[in-house]
Amino acid sequence: MINRLSEWNDTIVALATPAGVGAIGVIRVSGNLAIDIVDNMFPSKKLQQQPSHTLHVGLLKYENEILDEVVIALFKNPTSYTGEDVVEISCHGSAFIQQKIIQAITANGARLAKPGEFTQRAFLNGKLDLAQAEAVADVIASNTEASKNAAIKNMRGGFSSSLQMLREELIKFSALIELELDFSQEDVAFADRNNLINLIKHLQVNTNILIESFALGNVIKNGVQVAIIGKPNAGKSTLLNSLLNDERAIVSDIAGTTRDTVEEILNIDGVLFRLIDTAGIRHHTTDVIEQIGVKRSLQKMQQADVVIYLFDVNEIDANELIVLENELKDNLVPYILVGNKIDNNAEKKVVVEKFASFKEIIFISAKHQQGVNLLKDKIKNLAVNGDVHTESIIVTNARHFEALQKLSDTLSDILKGINDNISGDLIALDIRQALYYLGLITGEVTNNDQLDYIFSKFCIGK
Amino acid sequence: MFPKYDIIVVGAGHAGCEAAAAAANLGSKVLLITMNMQTIAQMSCNPAMGGIAKGQIIREIDALGGYSGIVTDKSMIQFRMLNKSKGPAMWSPRAQNDRMLFSATWREMLEKTPNVDFYQDMVKELLIEKFHVVGVKTALGHEIKATCVIITSGTFLNGLIHIGEKKFGGGRVAEKAATGITEQLISFGFESDRLKTGTPPRVDGRSLDYSKMEEQKGDDEMVGFSFLNIPKISASQQKSCFITYTNTTVHEILKTGFDRSPMYSGRIEGVGPRYCPSIEDKINRFADKDRHQLFVEPEGWNTVEIYVNGFSTSLPEEVQIAALRTVPGFENCRIFRPGYAIEYDYFPPTQLLYSLETKLLKNLFFAGQINGTTGYEEAACQGIMAGINAHQKANNKEAFVLKRDEAYIGVLIDDLISKGTQEPYRMFTSRAEFRTLLRQDNADLRLTEMSFNIGLATKERLENVYQKKNAVENIKKNLQELSIEPEEINPFLQTINSSIITEKQKLNKILLRPSVSLKSLAKSGISQVNNIINNYTSYELEQAEIQIKYERYIEKEQEMANKMKQMEELIIPELFDYDKISALSAEALQKFKKIKPHTIGQASRISGVNPSDIQILMVYMGR
Repeated sequence: MINRLSEWNDTIVALATPAGVGAIGVIRVSGNLAIDIVDNMFPSKKLQQQPSHTLHVGLLKYENEILDEVVIALFKNPTSYTGEDVVEISCHGSAFIQQKIIQAITANGARLAKPGEFTQRAFLNGKLDLAQAEAVADVIASNTEASKNAAIKNMRGGFSSSLQMLREELIKFSALIELELDFSQEDVAFADRNNLINLIKHLQVNTNILIESFALGNVIKNGVQVAIIGKPNAGKSTLLNSLLNDERAIVSDIAGTTRDTVEEILNIDGVLFRLIDTAGIRHHTTDVIEQIGVKRSLQKMQQADVVIYLFDVNEIDANELIVLENELKDNLVPYILVGNKIDNNAEKKVVVEKFASFKEIIFISAKHQQGVNLLKDKIKNLAVNGDVHTESIIVTNARHFEALQKLSDTLSDILKGINDNISGDLIALDIRQALYYLGLITGEVTNNDQLDYIFSKFCIGK
Repeated sequence: MFPKYDIIVVGAGHAGCEAAAAAANLGSKVLLITMNMQTIAQMSCNPAMGGIAKGQIIREIDALGGYSGIVTDKSMIQFRMLNKSKGPAMWSPRAQNDRMLFSATWREMLEKTPNVDFYQDMVKELLIEKFHVVGVKTALGHEIKATCVIITSGTFLNGLIHIGEKKFGGGRVAEKAATGITEQLISFGFESDRLKTGTPPRVDGRSLDYSKMEEQKGDDEMVGFSFLNIPKISASQQKSCFITYTNTTVHEILKTGFDRSPMYSGRIEGVGPRYCPSIEDKINRFADKDRHQLFVEPEGWNTVEIYVNGFSTSLPEEVQIAALRTVPGFENCRIFRPGYAIEYDYFPPTQLLYSLETKLLKNLFFAGQINGTTGYEEAACQGIMAGINAHQKANNKEAFVLKRDEAYIGVLIDDLISKGTQEPYRMFTSRAEFRTLLRQDNADLRLTEMSFNIGLATKERLENVYQKKNAVENIKKNLQELSIEPEEINPFLQTINSSIITEKQKLNKILLRPSVSLKSLAKSGISQVNNIINNYTSYELEQAEIQIKYERYIEKEQEMANKMKQMEELIIPELFDYDKISALSAEALQKFKKIKPHTIGQASRISGVNPSDIQILMVYMGR
């Protein structure tokens, strides 16, 4: 079918330093669009006009969002590692930031590099000698093998069988279309378009489940996202600091001090959590900067795997809390209600009584580090005991994710084609693309697969 | 007795005739050797040319300057453009032909081609010096010298015919088999194997009751195959085909002969095509189907003989006729010749270069069924390519190779030499990854100039192509520039139930609607539209319309094709030592060594080769 090899005049990107280790990470971009792509994201300077072998400091942006402050090293062809235009971006060591930068670069037209591909290009451009090439070949072979093994290991049974099913159904689907194209003169029944629509919709659902599970896959890799939300001055930053035992977030008594979301990594008994402190949810904010912060908080809440709703026990009554809890329920993300600012035991009794109608509230004093360990246990239990869906089908490989997204787009094209009643050969063109993207994950699909299916199922031939 | 020839073509079927014509038209001195001058370009199977994917191939042969399209046009008794309801990539011309007229027309055209000599004899041995073929030796004992030899042996090499429990040597029924060449080639290290094909009984048309069958008439428009303007019969003169079906009674009678079937008794060793099964194979493998379609084809203008397509069988004659007589319309049928199965030698085509020259013996070329293909069109297109390349070789010129995104011919040859084939290979549109580019309507635009540049296609053909290209560009430009007001077009749009426009629009946008065609736009009564339509030929208008309507799909495939092209430009040195690459998988190593792929692109299409093997190979090759 469509060849699935690297084309070497396109632009590739990958993390050049080991993932998740070290204070800084280096992202390497190589290819004839490398400089243009990064230029688009680097407003401080026009990189294209800078000389080779120079360093540039500035903010990296994507769609007006600041990704990170970075140092960019510029190498113009042919005097670079690969012999092509190369841009190396040194950014902060956070896996999250690195992933966002790589995603932005691919969105701008690069694709993820395959194992050993930078080195391969280096060789193709005459940058390595044969002895070095031999080593590269071994690396590609072992990387391919290793990543294959890793991929198989990472694939839960559900994942690999889902994909297998997608593949088989798509081949069957394409075979039915090819049948009515190549054998229209024979006594064969035409593929029922309604059945085909159902099949494609079914494939879409499955593909989308896999795409969504990719987010969950990242959970395993990058931590369970925990959003701390609550009204301004409920003590969110104090809680964050007491969970982390340091002074990460700005803490003050003035409501609305935390202007932006703050992320921190917390390790509870070996499970990785990403804590997100958000600007408080306060209705009728007029401060423009804070409005942006609030919007982001709401977004974070929706993206989170667990939400901690923090409230000041002195400033809220049971009725108000019922309304808030219903809002949390609507959000469909597992949540924990946490009552803060219980400063002595006598007070606690009164408070517990006040909120007796609730199923579970954890009462703490963030300021005095009381009840915080209980909260940690609760967070962990939620994550480990399956309320967070870590056991569902998981896609961990970024390339798989990319392929699945393209597959999903192509399936939409197919559906649109069927709905527009376009001819089978044109639908088949999109199906071939879909099979190609699926083939990136499951292995090659050849036109022989379709013909085999046709000949095994239909009596063809005069 | 014989001069030295530039090229000897062994066999005068569809492949051999095209090979001889192409080489001679390029200027080579050609000798065409056949065992029987009366059966030049014989249609051994059904009397029809073209069909889905095959029709595209004939158009390509014609665009290159071959004869098959012209001969088909001159001898057709019916024409249909198949798949017209589908996208233009699927439109496939098909003709029913007068079998005898087809053969006679081919012979006449070859006789009128300067540089083609004929000789009736059997070639039983090749003359070989230092792994170069230098000529042939015939059964009558003549040694004839030539620079290149093309073998197009069809089903004749050690052909073995089966009818029930009878079996006898033969290349076709009542014709002798050819012997000697297989054994000689094996002694030089060639691999050879057996394939099988079959043919149905021919019956007396006067004994059939057509009122019990469905009639299938020809089209009203006689498009034909050749891009040259070949006089054709008028639509009203066409002969009809008929459709009927088998039933469970037919199947029961056929089953009574299974114990005497050469297929099931193991007397046939060759592999038959899955898509062209015998009737016994159909009822055996698809037991749940209680009927199979039969296509009743007339053999010509002046004969009552009928070809019963779909009833290929090697059962005993009495079972064949008893079963046939329970088919609706065939109750009183009389049989002219029984169906039979035939086994023959082929040489797995992975032993060939892209030029169709063998890897083991220089200046020896193979084309047609000897390479494991089936079908007149598949054979003919290999013939023209072998003819061209033998001429190129004899003149120390570069091989003429078509790529997968340039022609079905390119797909076919690349499939054969990269993947080989275990059953008779037939072309399907699904084998081409870029079928939206490889249409029958643009074969001339794709290939004629390439062929002209090597000296085959005539100046006339090239000028036709330029004329067509210019016209198409002009039409497209006119349509792009022509703005239509709502009140001009809306009445027309309403008549075809297409939504009306509210502000003025360019005509090429309106043409994108599925229900709108240039032809139908003539009915809108807009004078500028009629000006365009009246100024150009229907082929020019159709070409422009296809290019506008399917632009998105054509561009999509073009993009994919361009990506593939890069891989096709990376040539692997002929003497590349794969053994030095320890990182290659064992399977890839073995396949690479055997097939010796010409390019990285070809290497990637070999079955069992992984992308990582290709990456590794590229690393070793350098740029």
